[in-house]
Amino acid sequence: MSLSIDHLCVAYGARQILHGVTLPALPAGSLVALVGPNGAGKSTLLRALAGLERMQGTLRLDGQDVTRLGFAERARRLAYMPQQLPPGLALGVLESIVAALRVGGSDDLLSHAFEALRQLGIEGLAERSLDSLSGGQRQLVALAQLLARNPQVLLLDEPTSALDLHYQLRVMGAVRERVVAHRLLAVAVLHDINLAASQADCLVVLREGRVVACGAPADVLKPAMLAEVYGVEARVEQCSQGRLQVLVDRALA
Amino acid sequence: MTALAQDGAALAAWHYRRLLWRRGLLVAGLALLLLVTVLGDLASGASGMSLGRLLQGIFEPTTLSATERVIIWNVRLPYALMAVLVGAALSLAGAEMQAILDNPLASPFTLGVSSSAALGASLAIAYPLGVAWLAPSAQVTVMAFAFACLSVVLLQMMSRLRGAGVQSLVLFGIALVFSCNALVSLLQLLATEDVLQQLVFWTLGSLARADWHKLGLLALVLAVLLPFSLRAAPAMTLLRMGEDRARSFGVDTRRLRLASLLRISLLSATAVAFVGTIGFVGLVGPHIARLLVGEDQRFLFPASALVGALMLSLSSLASKLLLPGVIVPVGIVTALVGVPVFVVLVFRRGRSL
Repeated sequence: MSLSIDHLCVAYGARQILHGVTLPALPAGSLVALVGPNGAGKSTLLRALAGLERMQGTLRLDGQDVTRLGFAERARRLAYMPQQLPPGLALGVLESIVAALRVGGSDDLLSHAFEALRQLGIEGLAERSLDSLSGGQRQLVALAQLLARNPQVLLLDEPTSALDLHYQLRVMGAVRERVVAHRLLAVAVLHDINLAASQADCLVVLREGRVVACGAPADVLKPAMLAEVYGVEARVEQCSQGRLQVLVDRALA
Repeated sequence: MTALAQDGAALAAWHYRRLLWRRGLLVAGLALLLLVTVLGDLASGASGMSLGRLLQGIFEPTTLSATERVIIWNVRLPYALMAVLVGAALSLAGAEMQAILDNPLASPFTLGVSSSAALGASLAIAYPLGVAWLAPSAQVTVMAFAFACLSVVLLQMMSRLRGAGVQSLVLFGIALVFSCNALVSLLQLLATEDVLQQLVFWTLGSLARADWHKLGLLALVLAVLLPFSLRAAPAMTLLRMGEDRARSFGVDTRRLRLASLLRISLLSATAVAFVGTIGFVGLVGPHIARLLVGEDQRFLFPASALVGALMLSLSSLASKLLLPGVIVPVGIVTALVGVPVFVVLVFRRGRSL
């Protein structure tokens, strides 16, 4: 299973957001991070993949044209997670996952929903209300909503924004684990470039609606690229455990 | 799966089913409470006819005098049932509006549907159409209905405009309220003395216009639309978790919205056309229901309808008891009772956020 993106364009009226994004086939079992400065079109690309934006170009999953899939079928295979669950919802955790499954028309909703919670290690939250959870717990619940539907592709829009360090790693760890264990493809918009470097198999760097670089973090993260794309003077160093670290020294004028 | 995990799953399932049962019981309890209120509403009135006599009259009409028959069949029953149906229709419309617009302030009243109906009715009162085959009172109802539908069509067109978010739709609704109210005031300014009286009375909202034809029509609208609301409820629950989330879960939110707006327009236009502007039921009813049964729209929709019916039934009862010998228009009562409830709700919400 792989996802290939060819000449993907999105425009809002006369304003072109994505200028023909083309990427090498993204294979199952990998976590791809979309990075880049604000307004680069990361979220728009993700939304286009999820079918939430009108787009041109081709999008193939296993050689099959995704844009020709029906609404429900596409949603079943490519699952999208927006930034945060809205506050003030009088819903229980388990209930919210059952509600998500009910629309998909699967059977045995309760056990599927509970299993999704269990796999993320948050089955203890099942009877809590969404409103009583912390931001990190809510994000894990949102992830459980996604995983319960057994999709092939996970599309995650800033899954770790507004989360503390513990939950940043827990959410990304849960995604990684599922990606490897179930041979899924995860595409995530990540703001934190160090988190992206440590978690992703492949970085896609976007700027002004175009792909600037694409490849393994070690190949992509170079001071020249960071200067060009982010306008910062930065060093890329290896920490004592061999992980890449981007250290930003100053903003370039 | 280990035995422990299986226990956990069974326990969670048990809790979940108990939650559903509790909600079902709450809805049934509301229905029961409504029945009691309706009986109370039936039993009160200027004529002082007791509930026992009234029930006897309903089941054995021959035992009644002609006056008593008129009181039961032309006054007490239609008023009481109209309160139930109008309350249910407005509150259900409000619940759907709040779901599709993702706005706690949405209701037929706050988004201008009621005001538009009032404008239509006022036009018909001030400038009768001069159509011989339609009685003047029917003209008022038809015009109110047409204007209410027109306002929902406008709201729909706004919602389909590119780039028009939910916020702009709500602002547009508020603008609609102000324009319609201004035009109604203009009509009142230009009207003669006795037309003015009719205009004011119409805008107050009163159950005194109830009759069996209107009751039948409103009951029909509710009976036809409620199943569709319930069928849309699971998708609506997802919509409450965010538009993008719902769409990415395979919900066609555009179609969902359009169908819902159609239901809202029929429900609120019919209700408003028959009884005038009755505020706050459509706004507060769904909020109270949400406090009781939560956000699962499968329970929220019926609970909202029941709470709305209960509110208006209680208001109808209060409207007879407030001033001895005078039936205060029920629209005034709902506003008086609704505002404090609303303020309490707003502050509760503010605390929990």
